[in-house]
Amino acid sequence: MTDTPTDARYAETHEWARLDDDGHVVVGISDYAQEQLGDVVYVELPEVDQQVDAGAEAGVVESVKAASDIYAPVSGTVVAINTSLEDAPELVNQDPYGDGWFFAIGPDSPDELEDLMDAAEYSEFCEASEAGE
Amino acid sequence: MPFLPHTNADVASMLAVVGAADIDELFDEIPSNLLNTGRGNNEPAAGDAAGMSEMEMLRHMAERARADETGPCFLGAGAYDHHIPSAVWDIASRGEFMTAYTPYQAEASQGTLQLVYEFQTMMSELTGMDVCNASVYDGGSGLAETILMAVRAGERRSRGGPAGGRRSVALAGAVHPLYAAAARNIVGHQGIDIVRLPYGENGLADPSLLTELSEPPAAVVVQQPNFFGLLENVDAITDQAHECGALTVACVNPMTLGLLKAPADWGDGGADIVCGDGQPLGIPMASGGPSFGFICTRQSLVRQLPGRIVGRTRDLDGNPGFTLTLQAREQHIRRAKATSNICTNQGLLVTAATIYLSLLGPEGLRNVAGACHARTRDVVAALDLSRRFDAPYFHECVLRLGRPARPVVESMASRGILGGLALGPYFSDLSDCLLVCATEKRTTSDIRQFANALQDAVGRAA
Amino acid sequence: METIFDLARAQRRAGAQVPAPESVEDLPKSALREHPPALPEVSELQAVRHYTRLSGLNYSIDTQFYPLGSCTMKYNPRGTHRAASAPGFLDRHPLAPVSVSQGFLACLHELQEILQRATGMGSVSLTPMAGAQGEFAGVAMIRSYHAARGDTGRNEILVPATAHGTNPATASMCGCVVREVAVGPDGDVEIEALKAAAGPATAGLMTTNPSTCGLFERRIEEIAAIVHGAGGLLYYDGANLNAILGKVKPADMGFDVLHLNLHKTFATPHGGGGPGAGPVGAGELLAPYLPGPIVEKTAEGYRWTEPPRTIGRLSAFMGNAGILLRALAYALMLGSDGMRRVGEFATLNANYLAARLGQAGFDIAYPNRRACHEFIVTLAAQKRRFGVCAMDFAKRLLDYGVHAPTTYFPLLVPECFLIEPTETESKEEIDAFVDAMASVLAEAESNPELVKSAPHDLPARRLDDVEAARRLDLRWQS
Repeated sequence: MTDTPTDARYAETHEWARLDDDGHVVVGISDYAQEQLGDVVYVELPEVDQQVDAGAEAGVVESVKAASDIYAPVSGTVVAINTSLEDAPELVNQDPYGDGWFFAIGPDSPDELEDLMDAAEYSEFCEASEAGE
Repeated sequence: MPFLPHTNADVASMLAVVGAADIDELFDEIPSNLLNTGRGNNEPAAGDAAGMSEMEMLRHMAERARADETGPCFLGAGAYDHHIPSAVWDIASRGEFMTAYTPYQAEASQGTLQLVYEFQTMMSELTGMDVCNASVYDGGSGLAETILMAVRAGERRSRGGPAGGRRSVALAGAVHPLYAAAARNIVGHQGIDIVRLPYGENGLADPSLLTELSEPPAAVVVQQPNFFGLLENVDAITDQAHECGALTVACVNPMTLGLLKAPADWGDGGADIVCGDGQPLGIPMASGGPSFGFICTRQSLVRQLPGRIVGRTRDLDGNPGFTLTLQAREQHIRRAKATSNICTNQGLLVTAATIYLSLLGPEGLRNVAGACHARTRDVVAALDLSRRFDAPYFHECVLRLGRPARPVVESMASRGILGGLALGPYFSDLSDCLLVCATEKRTTSDIRQFANALQDAVGRAA
Repeated sequence: METIFDLARAQRRAGAQVPAPESVEDLPKSALREHPPALPEVSELQAVRHYTRLSGLNYSIDTQFYPLGSCTMKYNPRGTHRAASAPGFLDRHPLAPVSVSQGFLACLHELQEILQRATGMGSVSLTPMAGAQGEFAGVAMIRSYHAARGDTGRNEILVPATAHGTNPATASMCGCVVREVAVGPDGDVEIEALKAAAGPATAGLMTTNPSTCGLFERRIEEIAAIVHGAGGLLYYDGANLNAILGKVKPADMGFDVLHLNLHKTFATPHGGGGPGAGPVGAGELLAPYLPGPIVEKTAEGYRWTEPPRTIGRLSAFMGNAGILLRALAYALMLGSDGMRRVGEFATLNANYLAARLGQAGFDIAYPNRRACHEFIVTLAAQKRRFGVCAMDFAKRLLDYGVHAPTTYFPLLVPECFLIEPTETESKEEIDAFVDAMASVLAEAESNPELVKSAPHDLPARRLDDVEAARRLDLRWQS
């Protein structure tokens, strides 16, 4: 069983998004996603001040066997990136919802979070795609 | 059929296990109208039905090969007649190197993997760069891959920054015209524009032209020595390219780097990507292939580098070992978003080049470069012809014949001498010019023979 | 093993290889390097011994059974190497005038004709240097064809979901977008999915046949009709041609353009990664777009020519000549009878091996289909039961002195081995492989840790590729 915290929202492309106290949307990949990928060896992040659109590519996460694009879950401006992933990509595996965060967006409209799945819906979504394999 | 081990008894027992009456039955899923039974109206698939013995085949091929043997070669232009130490191909032709696949099973491929790691180190030393890939096809297609890499790097470097969105690349006018053609044919499909900067009256690229381009390029490509054998002002070009926010791409003959300045030391910042063809490093000319292309770069651009890369790591017992790495850039993982579609590369030639470089060492490579230049200088001195360009040359030189060069070359060929390259087909303003080259293999007697033949041929053409 | 750099000592050298120094005073100082490159300084014997020893750390066709699916690791006849190593071939300059190149050009022309007859394509260009470059040429030709007709809206390349990664990568490199077409449970392309995908944006379809699942696409003619009906063209990826060499011609299946992998089907060596050669063949529609140069036979002899609407050259010179000569030498020794037997015996060996592995308790991925020259075993059940995955199985096989099959490809089948024995392997070698697989299966049940920590008897234990990618060490440093 993978961990799916209820304080975050989830995209079908397996990013989580959480609104922090500053009104920024922090983004990472889910526990389920990191487990599917295996040991993460590299993360490519967007740049601070870069404009991103919901659903558009904003980075890449690589393991030895796979590479996945990271899509911005909401539109807005990148306000922070997790530079510690440069030297320690394993944080994505060790703490996907904490120290393994990718970037934070100053959202154009925080309401966009509502378009994402909640934890229960996401867990169901993952189970369904497992079964479909 | 010469290479099948099957006895009749083998076939019978194998078919029994499969549960088929005969081999034809194994093809019963194929629509019968598509099937060539070999007994119907279909023409045979190849030559004689029975095939040749090895002896007959070798005789047939040797006759063809003998027909093309010539005397001394004074033709260069991207392929060079160097001495190859005997050990190079004795070892590279060992079945363990020659008949292995790509080293995907690292534990069963440590020989190839370690050798490639050593190769990456040697090429990095020659160019001054941090990393080299395990080869691309050749210098021409390698230039195309390098241009694609430079454009990608520009996009990555600065999404929204100074070089983002640049889709053109400036090419110095005296970059090898066949490299330029291959590059244009390949990168054009991605809408990338190659702008050719004209060479000046001295045969060199003028860095100030970079400031006059209608749009700033993603990269500037310069070849050293250039196609005419001239030494470009690489320091000024590198600095000017960087000034325009472009990457500097160096296209080099790796043999010359025994003597010439490493591209990493060009100008204030150094070249950013270095490419070229490895043929001079222990590989026969062999009609132009197989040789190998290489791309070296800085660590910061390594994820944009196409082709395989080997890294050193540790095994379960903590001992050092080697494996392919950064594979997430490649087509088998990244598919449509890969840095390139390349999979098969030119591995065996990399094997030969690595052995060559270890036999030559720094002193050997320097002296080969020195000898090539000295022999070319001897050629120029032996001829009563003027040089077309007055900039300093190295190892190759353009001579003005004062009459069309092509018939002169043909006339020398009829006497068994490869007398150089007539430049007319490549540069319309140079139709009376001959590009000549000598390597360390050319003797005083070769040079005398060449000088006489050229004099005769020029005389006859007059 | 220590590296060549560890063996080096300052001022040691292979003296016989070092020419006498020459003055280069005439060169500008600014062009010269200030420090010599740190190449290894070793004696000739040290270099010879080092690289000979390194060679011994490799598995190769000459030393091991090498059933790598989709790679066609068949015997590479030594005679072909000798034929291509004649001085007249090795010393020929690529820009030598045709008057002194008639022997070489005759060889190329002969190979062009052999490949035309083997594929049914009217024209062949030998210039692409590997399969991926052949693919690039083919897709570029398709694009140029549509563009020349003013049919500019076609930028989609259809590929079956099982396609090799080069197909989508090639489409991107050519500025096209990729659209995947679903493959059904029987391994064939889903016709309805294809019909839905094909349309006015379709530039063409790229596929192998047999497919990457080792199955002959039975409805290939219907597929061709659908794609052609939508205005697209068909590209044949020759990766799996060995299965049907001399038996089925791609042109007869409806393909418009194809490439061959001479380093697979025509037995030229893989060289530890390359070189290969990927000649392209085309029917009437696309022949004018072939990459040059091509050899033409005239009353005055052989000469180079460029097709009228050529996509142009893709490398500096004519291609991987040395590989082309080896392929010709191989084809000459096969003859047309031998060529047909390649496909027949490759198929016999694969079906025999599949049947034996089925009997030994392995799951064959498409048990109701005929294997072509290769087939898939899925180890999903073993992973479930013993926690031993396909990679563990592969590594343990190395301990038994056989190279592992292709693992985890095609992506559609979980925990898979793609196994291709090729026609040049004997029944005894195949039986020994079955025994090795059965032994590993028994070990997976009785002692899974032994399998999971394999290999045990190779020059290296299992290598940490995660560490290799996280902390890049790409060159030796003192």
